[in-house]
Amino acid sequence: MIPPSATAHAGPRVTRPPGALVIEIEDVTKLYKMGAETIHALRGVTLKIHRNEYLAIMGPSGSGKSTLMNMLGCLDTPTAGRYEFNRKNVATMLDDELADIRNREIGFVFQTFNLLPRSDALHNVELPLIYAGLGKAGRIEKAQRALVNVGLGERMGHKPNELSGGQRQRVAIARALVNDPSIILADEPTGNLDSKTGEEIMALFEQLYAQGNTIIVVTHEEDIARHARRIVRLRDGLIESDRAVE
Amino acid sequence: MKRFIYEVTEAFRIAFSQIRANKLRSALTALGVIIGIVAVTLMGTAILGIDAGVERSLAGFGDDVVYVTKWPWRRIDDWWTFRNRRDIDVNNIHAINDWIATHPEGSLKVAVPNVAWNATVIRGEYRIGNMVIFGTSADLARIVRSDMKEGRFFTEIESRSARNVVVIGFDVADALFPSESALGQTIRIRSQQYTVVGVAARQGSFLGMFSWDSVVIMPIDAFARSFPIRWANPEIRVQVDVARMEEAKDELRGLMRRVRGLSPEKKEDFELNTQQVIREQIDPIKSKIALGGLFITGLALFVGAIGIMNITYVSVKERTKEIGTRKALGARRRTILLQFLIEAVSICVLGGLGGLATAWALSGVAGALMPAFPLVFSLGLVLLGLGVSVCTGIFSGFAPAWQASKLDPVVALRYE
Ligand SMILES: Nc1ncnc2c1ncn2[C@@H]1O[C@H](COP(=O)(O)OP(=O)(O)OP(=O)(O)O)[C@@H](O)[C@H]1O
Ligand SMILES: [Mg+2]
Repeated sequence: MIPPSATAHAGPRVTRPPGALVIEIEDVTKLYKMGAETIHALRGVTLKIHRNEYLAIMGPSGSGKSTLMNMLGCLDTPTAGRYEFNRKNVATMLDDELADIRNREIGFVFQTFNLLPRSDALHNVELPLIYAGLGKAGRIEKAQRALVNVGLGERMGHKPNELSGGQRQRVAIARALVNDPSIILADEPTGNLDSKTGEEIMALFEQLYAQGNTIIVVTHEEDIARHARRIVRLRDGLIESDRAVE
Repeated sequence: MKRFIYEVTEAFRIAFSQIRANKLRSALTALGVIIGIVAVTLMGTAILGIDAGVERSLAGFGDDVVYVTKWPWRRIDDWWTFRNRRDIDVNNIHAINDWIATHPEGSLKVAVPNVAWNATVIRGEYRIGNMVIFGTSADLARIVRSDMKEGRFFTEIESRSARNVVVIGFDVADALFPSESALGQTIRIRSQQYTVVGVAARQGSFLGMFSWDSVVIMPIDAFARSFPIRWANPEIRVQVDVARMEEAKDELRGLMRRVRGLSPEKKEDFELNTQQVIREQIDPIKSKIALGGLFITGLALFVGAIGIMNITYVSVKERTKEIGTRKALGARRRTILLQFLIEAVSICVLGGLGGLATAWALSGVAGALMPAFPLVFSLGLVLLGLGVSVCTGIFSGFAPAWQASKLDPVVALRYE
């Protein structure tokens, strides 16, 4: 296992060729009704994301980044439009079917880490595997491997309040990775970290990308977005631009 | 299925870490359940205790004895219809026993007379009042279930020749012969002297019910020397084949009609009783205790259930973000439902265990204060208590758990 610090800055910037289509949304809209007022969070977004992509979603506050991210992560369903995940129609799925897709195919990384406060790092990483129905021995083994991969092999028995912010986010990333998802979704993963720790987390994403993961990061910082291979910019619930990073 | 088991295990893990983290809150919440379980177990203990006490008292005679009496044992409103009945003639036992001798395959086994009088028993300067003096025949020994502590029952010959011999109960022996054996000693009742030939083993007493411990038994003809048979509640006790109880009653009824010279169109002027009647009279007492207990239990559990429902709602609110996170990681609706349901049930079961421990301690104290009352703390009561706790937990946890399971993951994740 390569210690993450070794790859943090020195790693060559590889770009893997895009693989199979993972996400396809077409003309997706999302409305929120606030009393008499209707908020158009997404006004018709069309997007394709392939395996092996490293995508950043950018845009000013309120432009619909999180809304789009929740949609892509099957936490939410569109008001209108088509959404296929791994060529399966997601827009009409039931709660429990969506839960299973989230469990198997998607790894979430949150701005606020969202770890279980009373559980140690190992159990936090184990959690998705419990919901996947994996046996205890297999869970421990996979969770340990994921923690080692994010450089926390020494911290498995620590509770979140015994870890630094960066370490907490690493635990959360290990948790997102542990079930070998098709895609990793990170909404402002560095938003609660100082810029140096943020860079370390981005280096970890770089490493995960190099290891073959597909990653989508939401951010409003250009520095963070530059790590990605492709940047999609939103404004007022619409895609303003969608281009590759040179 | 495997997944379900892991989810349940995880739910228990969460529940206990949650309870551990909020010890005081959980304990206060469980108070209602504790009180409810104490009430339900003490009620059960009391009912079982009454049952045990009654059975112990009834054990002196078996269930295989039919009592032929003038007055019925059940409650009656029309006493005047019974008052004019002829008394039971204890000499009828000879006719019954003759019939039994000629019908060895019949359902009747043996008949004995029974007369009773309350009197004071004296020995030197010792005396014990209000003892029941029984007059009967030697055959009684075949019917009673009581063992002899020492000595023997009086014999056929002693009975026939109306000898002044007695068998005395444990309490009588204890009062009159505190430091020596009563066997062969003499006691006095009224003007007559009697030789003690046997002492019955201790039976114990319960709520003033009949007990062999405070009786003196003598041959009926010896009894007749001191007391008027006619006024001594004469009755006949017949041992029967208990498996053929109905047949035996019919047989005995016909036999009694014949010996009393009742023509077929006349109504019976005697009564056949069994101990079953006594049990039936205890039932209303037991149901009153049960009703009172159920009321207290119901009230306490209702208050407890509301408390637990409330605390589970609080728990759901506090952990809305966690619910969102779990849903994002793949928890299904049932996973979340189970998690909070198991949390509520766990608090209830812990409360239930506390209640059982309290009830157990209380019944120990009560048992020490009232040694005559046999307290029974059974496994059945423990299971009942735990079952009630689990039901309370499910009842009170369901609504909040359902609400948690229905939370929209996006809304839950946004919750601050
Ligand atoms: N649950 C909701 N109810 C009502 N309006 C909502 C809801 N969620 C989002 N919105 C609205 O939808 C729009 C897009 O919100 P979204 O959270 O996607 O923005 P964002 O791009 O992630 O912003 P930020 O950079 O501040 O996180 C906003 O105007 C927001 O107020
Ligand atoms: Mg956002």
